[in-house]
Amino acid sequence: MYAALWRILPGPWWVRLLILLAAAAVVLYALFFYVFPWVSLLIDPQDVTVR
Amino acid sequence: MLITAGVITLLFVAWQLWIGDWIGAAQKNAAGQSITAQWEDDFAQSRTASPAPAPTDEPAPPAPAKPVIAPQPKDAQVFGVMRIPRFGADYQVPMAGGVSRARTLDPIGIGHYPGTPMPGAVGNVAVAAHRTTFGKPFHRIADLQAGDAIVIETKAGWYTYRFRNLEYVTPHAVDVLQPVPQTSIRANGKYLTMTSCSPMYFKSERIVAYSVFESFTPRADGAPASLAEVS
Repeated sequence: MYAALWRILPGPWWVRLLILLAAAAVVLYALFFYVFPWVSLLIDPQDVTVR
Repeated sequence: MLITAGVITLLFVAWQLWIGDWIGAAQKNAAGQSITAQWEDDFAQSRTASPAPAPTDEPAPPAPAKPVIAPQPKDAQVFGVMRIPRFGADYQVPMAGGVSRARTLDPIGIGHYPGTPMPGAVGNVAVAAHRTTFGKPFHRIADLQAGDAIVIETKAGWYTYRFRNLEYVTPHAVDVLQPVPQTSIRANGKYLTMTSCSPMYFKSERIVAYSVFESFTPRADGAPASLAEVS
C-alpha cells in the first residue's frame, strides 16, 4: 500500500516526503477533531448526568 | 494495512486519554477567556455610550447587589463561564444550556440542566461536565474543600457560590436536581449542584458537589474578591 503510494507521488524523494508529511498532518487533524470525538460518542462509557 | 489500523486504534486511545484532554482543556479555557474579554469590552463600550451619573456628595451605602437572573439558555447556547480558584487561575470553562454530550458537554464544557434555575435565583442551579476526557472540566471535583469559591461569570456580573459537600449517588438519583437537593420541600435558599461521573472513567455512579449562594457582584463593581483566592 505504502510502496504504491510512494511510486505514484511525483518529484524527487524529498518532495514526496514533504507531500506525505503534509498528508499525515491533515489526516491526524481530521482524526483528532472530527473522527475521534464522533467515535467517542458511540463507544465511550461516560455519563455525567443524572436522569 | 492492518498495521495502519492498529496505529489508528492506539492513536484513538491516546487521544481519548491524553491528547484530547490537552486540546479540549486549552480550547475551553481559551473560549472562556475570549467570552469574558468580550463581555468586558461590551461593558466598557456601554459605559462610554452612557456615562455614569455624576458622583453625588454622599456615596451610596454598600448594599448587597440584587442578583440579575438571566433567561434560560437555549440548547448549546453559552450563557456563562465557570471559574474555580481551587482548579487554577486559568480555569475558565464556558457554560451552555442542555446536558447532551454531542452538543454541549463535549464541545463546550459545562452543561446547565434545562428547567433548573439560573445562577442567582432561588432554588437549585444544576450543571454537569466531564470528569475525564474532553478537557475534563470537573476532573478535580473531589479536591474541592468546604468554603471553596465557585464563581459563575455572566454578562451581568459574577455569582459566587461556596462549596459545601460531596456526595456519591446512583445514576438515576434525579432528586439531587430538586429545588432543595434530595428533598421535596420548597426552596427558600439558593443552591448549586454539579454532577459528574464516578468513579473516574466509569459510569456506575455519579459524584455530586453541592454549593450555596453567597453573593452577586455586578460587572460595574469589578471582579469579586472570591476570584482571587488561589490556593
